[in-house]
Amino acid sequence: MLQYLLRRLMLMTLTLFGVSIAIFLLLRIAPGNIADILFDSAGMVDPVEKQEMIRQLGLDLPLWAQYVHWMSGLFHGDFGYSYVSEKPVLEEVLPRIPITARLAGLALTFAVCTGVPFGVISAVRQNSWIDYLLRVFSLVALSMPAFWLGLLVLMAFVNWAGILPIYDENPKTWTAAALMYLVPAMTVGSRSSALIMRLTRSSMLETLRQDYVRTARSKGLSEIAVTFVHALRNAVLPVITTIGIETAFLFGGLVVTETVYNIPGVARFLVEAIRWRDYPMVQNLVMFIAVVVVTVNLIVDMAYSFVDPRIRLRS
Amino acid sequence: MKSSRFVMAVACLLGLSSAAFAQKQGGTLRVTHRDNPPSASIWEEATISTDMPFMSVFNNLVVFDPKSPVDRLDRVVPELATSWAWSDNDTTLTFNLRHGVTWHDGKPFTSADVKCTWDMVTGVTPGKLRKNPRKTWWFNIKDIVTDGDDKVIFHLKDPQPSIMAMFAGGFSPVYPCHVPANEMRTHPIGTGPFMFESFKQNESIRLVRNPHYWKKGQPYLDAIEFTIIPNRSTMMLAMATGKFDLTFSGELTPELTKTLQAQVPQIQCVMQPTGTQGNLLVNREKPPFDNPLIRKAMGLALDRKAFSDILSRGVFQPGGANMPPPEGFWGWSKEFMETVPGYSADVEKSREQARQIMKSLGYGPDNPLKVTVSTRNIPSYRDATVIFIDHLKTIYIQGEMEPLDAAVWYARLARKDFTVGMNVQGTGIDDPDVQFFENYLCGSQRNYTSYCNADLEKLFHQQSRMKDIDARRKLVWEIDKRLQEDGARPVMYHEKDGTCWWPRVHGLEMAANSIYNHWRFDTVWLDQ
Repeated sequence: MLQYLLRRLMLMTLTLFGVSIAIFLLLRIAPGNIADILFDSAGMVDPVEKQEMIRQLGLDLPLWAQYVHWMSGLFHGDFGYSYVSEKPVLEEVLPRIPITARLAGLALTFAVCTGVPFGVISAVRQNSWIDYLLRVFSLVALSMPAFWLGLLVLMAFVNWAGILPIYDENPKTWTAAALMYLVPAMTVGSRSSALIMRLTRSSMLETLRQDYVRTARSKGLSEIAVTFVHALRNAVLPVITTIGIETAFLFGGLVVTETVYNIPGVARFLVEAIRWRDYPMVQNLVMFIAVVVVTVNLIVDMAYSFVDPRIRLRS
Repeated sequence: MKSSRFVMAVACLLGLSSAAFAQKQGGTLRVTHRDNPPSASIWEEATISTDMPFMSVFNNLVVFDPKSPVDRLDRVVPELATSWAWSDNDTTLTFNLRHGVTWHDGKPFTSADVKCTWDMVTGVTPGKLRKNPRKTWWFNIKDIVTDGDDKVIFHLKDPQPSIMAMFAGGFSPVYPCHVPANEMRTHPIGTGPFMFESFKQNESIRLVRNPHYWKKGQPYLDAIEFTIIPNRSTMMLAMATGKFDLTFSGELTPELTKTLQAQVPQIQCVMQPTGTQGNLLVNREKPPFDNPLIRKAMGLALDRKAFSDILSRGVFQPGGANMPPPEGFWGWSKEFMETVPGYSADVEKSREQARQIMKSLGYGPDNPLKVTVSTRNIPSYRDATVIFIDHLKTIYIQGEMEPLDAAVWYARLARKDFTVGMNVQGTGIDDPDVQFFENYLCGSQRNYTSYCNADLEKLFHQQSRMKDIDARRKLVWEIDKRLQEDGARPVMYHEKDGTCWWPRVHGLEMAANSIYNHWRFDTVWLDQ
């Protein structure tokens, strides 16, 4: 088990190194830099002023020197300064992480808490009206783009309840505080929920036909015990994999949801930073997200071995 | 019809300012903001995104009279200067400064701050500003001298009455000498009615009341909060539900303004020219566009009414380089405009003329001239480009749009790395000096097409020296006509957009001909 963990940690390090190279190069390949964008807001470009700005920001250094500078800073806990706000990257990013983490956590919880039970119900009641209903809902949720769903939900709240559940730094009531996270979390989590539901359903249908399930039933176990202890536990493995993958995908949905609900989280901030070619900000944020994603994947892999002892024993 | 609309708009604006009798103290004005301002330093930016939220942190030497609904040279009133005087030969301008004014950090404001500010922007003390977009405005300043703490003297190379308009614009605040320029980008310090509290990137800007403001009893508000909402739909919903008191200046298109007012009839809105115009950039160094005949034909192909109708349901106005009347003071009259080639109401006739030119150059329906039309990849640019390409088709020019990211657009313009471009650009003040010197002067940084006409440049300077406003306006019209005839940068339309607020907001003082100069917020109060 320890060997397995060590192997995974080594792979994690290699992955993160690869990500750092990729993001560093991709940012430099993209046309334009921060100097171009800053002059855009001034509506002019003075070549002398621009050159001076490029020099001050160290963008005139060779690529390898810029990479080494970034990496050595990273290892020393120096994340650099934002080119736009001229504040330390950490100062800009740290207050936004809890906001996005809360939103992502809630979205994932919503996705799992609705996707798994609905998937089970849909499988157990195969071809009944509730199965059809849930399948239609899941298809709708999978097909609807997050920005459109987000706007529809906002309009529905405005029209029916007269409130707008967008982000408010100081919400006046606890309901406002709850809504400003719950509504966007449900919006962004709806796609994952639908995916998890469909996967759980198909996986459950396959498992419910297995001999050991029939044996469990013939032993006289209750339907609940058969479904949740014997069938679901075996059917849940691909679902766990999907949850791991969805964590990474969730970030894409968060960009849109944070924009529509005006949430000052990391996802929207990252897109803005890319637009500004704010290299220190983008590089460090992408690295942070990469760390989160590979860690979640590691946790998922570890969870496999707990759910399925065969993996543990094999390794 | 247009005049009556203008009268109504002016009456509406006057109504806003005349409500200044039972002002209530306190409250936070909540304003939407369209995007993240590039910095808080007004001198380093040329965008309303910086100007509107941070203008109230500062004061100018003089301002356009907030009570006047039109920003004009003859409506300039004192602010940090208590009075000013011109020398007999009109080349020395002396400002007497206000006593007892302090910066937000408690240090006294003196004439040294004024000198420092303009030495910085004229380049006498270089390297302080990271960008200096309005350096050309001050080309005529020879030197600045202080006389004690309360007097500052500007020596000009030539008489220039319009320099007062530039001093009065929202983009010309006085900066403190003792605060480094980089700090002004992140934590501005001024003498204005509101003090900077926070600027959270992509989130919000918060200003709080300056308790030591030199205008006793003002400002009325405790704070102003700008929330950055890049998504227009969310902003509209937030405004409609009353989460905000005021929309960002000129943020609502004519269509959106109507929609918002239809949804919430009590919301009040005003349509103002944004000082931005859509214009055509033709690289006159790249063949075949080095041929003035082709440039002329392109200008003749434009149907300006179509731009206005399609983009704004007829709200945008046609005009030359200067903002057209009734809001604009220096733009052509309708009668004069009819005499300018390409501005005739008979578009088909102009296009026939253009087709003849193209045929004489060997182009025709079977042999169209193929051209790439570069533009910024944002809706206001793209939409106009599509219409423009459609117009080009009528004169045997086959255009293909090249949408460019913001990071590339100005860099390409600066390198002159384009053939034909569709551009939207703004100017802060309705004044010919600003317009001509910024955009059409040989070698100016914003002269993207490298247009250079020595004869016309003499006329730029001649009109700049003129004191007689009517005579100057006549000359300005002629210059503007020559610019359009030369195809220097054919203007397609002048934009107008909406700003809306809830009736609880009082004391807003806005001008009919600029969105840049009236955001001091010191007379604004909330009835709640």
